[in-house]
Amino acid sequence: MTWMEAKLFLREPMSAFFTLVFPLMYLFLFGTISGNEPTPQFGGQRTIDASIPGLTAAIICITGLMSTTMTMSTYREKGILRRLRTTPVNPLIVLVAQVIVVFAMTALGMLLLVAAGKLVYHVRLGGNAFSLLGGFILSSLSFFGIGFVLAGIMPTVRSAWVVGMVLLYPMLLLSGAFFTVELLPAAVQKVSAFIPLTYVVNLLRGLWAGEAWGKHLLDVGVLAGMLLVGIIVSAKTFRWE
Amino acid sequence: MDTIVQVEGLRKVYGATVAVEDVSFEVREGEIFGMVGPNGAGKTTTIECLEGLRKPDRGAIRVLGLDPQRDGKTLRGRTGMQLQQSNLPDRMKVWEALDLYASFYPKAADWKELLSQLGLEEKRNAPFSKLSGGQKQRLFIALALLPDPQLVFLDELTTGLDPQARHATWDLVRDVRAKGKTVLLTTHFMEEAERLCDRVAILDHGRIVALDTPAALIRSLGAEERVIFTLDGGLSPALEEALSRVGRLEVQGEQVTVHGKDGRKVPLVSEVVSLLTEQGIPFRDLRTEQPNLEDVFLSLTGREMRE
Repeated sequence: MTWMEAKLFLREPMSAFFTLVFPLMYLFLFGTISGNEPTPQFGGQRTIDASIPGLTAAIICITGLMSTTMTMSTYREKGILRRLRTTPVNPLIVLVAQVIVVFAMTALGMLLLVAAGKLVYHVRLGGNAFSLLGGFILSSLSFFGIGFVLAGIMPTVRSAWVVGMVLLYPMLLLSGAFFTVELLPAAVQKVSAFIPLTYVVNLLRGLWAGEAWGKHLLDVGVLAGMLLVGIIVSAKTFRWE
Repeated sequence: MDTIVQVEGLRKVYGATVAVEDVSFEVREGEIFGMVGPNGAGKTTTIECLEGLRKPDRGAIRVLGLDPQRDGKTLRGRTGMQLQQSNLPDRMKVWEALDLYASFYPKAADWKELLSQLGLEEKRNAPFSKLSGGQKQRLFIALALLPDPQLVFLDELTTGLDPQARHATWDLVRDVRAKGKTVLLTTHFMEEAERLCDRVAILDHGRIVALDTPAALIRSLGAEERVIFTLDGGLSPALEEALSRVGRLEVQGEQVTVHGKDGRKVPLVSEVVSLLTEQGIPFRDLRTEQPNLEDVFLSLTGREMRE
């Protein structure tokens, strides 16, 4: 089932593009614009080094808000979940398969980014790879939680799509995923504190640069809280039809 | 014969609307049992309660001796279901759907065999969204047969199909029964119920208004057989006199209809034809009309079946 879902994911041109290709395009764009000089903004790191965790956060946000939401609400609206319900298959398996696939795709997107970054720009991972992976898993799962909640609350595919989009863009722009929050006006910087993706960006950027988990307790707390709320609310709002 | 499905006093309410009220019936092993009625009569609600997809407000249901609410999982492994509104992901291929669904059952039937039995061999690699209505329904039948079920539920199987695909689908349903499986189906086509089902329950406004074999239902109507023909130049008084002794007459211009009660010794049509030939009267466009389930529904509810 998981393998099937993965094939379906890749067959959907939009989702495959946004998860795998789009971030790479940005990486090359940043690389071309910013050059390879270290900048004080990123504590001596080059822009290109800092852009990898930022773009990873962007992938997480897109797969969480769009892929998860759209797949689940489309499956429900079209009666695909209904049909699954006629079989002895456990509903949990459906959800778990979905999470595994979206997670694998997100991870693949990140791997491509890191590989391209290493090959083309010789980026350096300042921190521990496992520690970064841990942060990545926590961030992904908490964002998939948002996706499942959205899919559960929104009555139709269209409304889920609109709300997903409305949430997606401010998150991408204001969280620091593409450029640092410090470049934004002070008033906008305050808004950024209320955006969940900001915590993903901060956490991943910190872990990438080699900072300790202890420095990011707030980020971890917020994300873990979101994950918990996401699980509870999506379990409550899950509908077959 | 074993009883496969037993329903007693089923009731289901949605808000203020009573969808199903006091529905009771039995389905026996090896038969094709049909629930027929207009849209909103409660057919789908009833079948979904049997499938365990909806929880009845009142009443007792046994399917294969199990309670669909309590033993839903076991039951879903032993019954096949085709739902009225359901789909597969657009980009899922026919063989992938069968392979995936086969993996849900511990002892699944061989899907490659089903593929060829249902004539889907050449559509094996076609994505779901590219299938025609008839092909989709065939795929759904294949999915319903995957658990090698004792009982198959088919909800509005032929709705939206063209007449040719509909007839082909009927043959498939007969094949399913020929394999020793019991079929419970719903339809709003009276003709389908009459041609396909061994026994039919007619539903209207959530209640069963009649339940029997199609033939018995039609017989119970005591309905008249009709012979209709056209006479060039109209009806002469002598012929009118002779024909009215055979049955009740209805004349519309040149078209004559003779109504005759059922259960006569000589068939109405031969009596009418021999009378016309004896008198050497030329006639054309002669046809007979038998009462059908449509008439049964009309006489039971006072309404036409057509939506």
